[in-house]
Amino acid sequence: MSSESHSPIYYVKIWALLLVLLIISIIGPEFGIRWVTMVTAFGIAFVKAYIVGAYFMHLKSEKRIITYMLLGMVALLLVFVAGTMVDIMSSKGSGWERLRLDKTIPADDHHDDEPH
Amino acid sequence: MGLTQPIATTRSAAGMDTGKLALWWIIGSEIVIFGGLLMCYIMHRIFHGHWAAEAAHTNVVCGALNTFVLLTSSLFIVLAHQAAEQKNRIKTFTYIWLTIGGGLTFLAIKSYEWTIEIMHGYTMGKSLFWSFYYTAAGLHGLHVIGGLAVMAWISFDVLKGKYFNRVELIGLYWHFVDIVWIFLFPLLYIAK
Repeated sequence: MSSESHSPIYYVKIWALLLVLLIISIIGPEFGIRWVTMVTAFGIAFVKAYIVGAYFMHLKSEKRIITYMLLGMVALLLVFVAGTMVDIMSSKGSGWERLRLDKTIPADDHHDDEPH
Repeated sequence: MGLTQPIATTRSAAGMDTGKLALWWIIGSEIVIFGGLLMCYIMHRIFHGHWAAEAAHTNVVCGALNTFVLLTSSLFIVLAHQAAEQKNRIKTFTYIWLTIGGGLTFLAIKSYEWTIEIMHGYTMGKSLFWSFYYTAAGLHGLHVIGGLAVMAWISFDVLKGKYFNRVELIGLYWHFVDIVWIFLFPLLYIAK
């Protein structure tokens, strides 16, 4: 990677862009519209992460193998998620046993986040 | 045969310094660690609608302020790297310590925020949401502390005119810590 070809102003401009995106990500969800919240809060988080990775970490000029390695890790993560998602998404089924019986909680609503 | 330089800086693999390649592998493993935690949080969040009510008690101002602080510290460390490439000891040292100042500010804001939340009864044991909140933010905070310690160590080597290449390595790590926070902020603070 080489940062010597860029002036400090170049990085300050990228930082300013990140701050603008931060402000949008805070204001967007205030409208209370679901899709606006998704785009401004989460969509912009990906854009900010891309900018930091590409320009501050210089992934754009880094050897391709590093990008492939990082994407490979994301793919590995998604495999793990896919494997556990089936379990987390379910609260009933043939293999399920409700160990903590609570009459006040509907059977299909797994409020398992009270202190144990 | 005496070695005057650490081996990581004197040989290369995959066309780059061994130290740098190792750092990229650390970041790769961190993707799985933090990614797993965040994906687990997202899945639970989707299937527990009432978590939104819990998330409403997190302090958006503190979260936003900390995002600003980390983004700014990322700017400082990339400027430190630039100064290190020019072998400018004083400038590199100064930018590293500005980055450390950012990290310490982040921790101070986080401490204030957690103190208020704990005083109001939002402790780790209150619910699964708060358990995730403290685990994710706490693990991130430990990475910040670790990064600051290494950064301080590197800064004094740089002041002696040694190991300028390490500024780039700690910079990559610090940017990754910043990226993790970029995702934690909307997940824990904004999505109500």
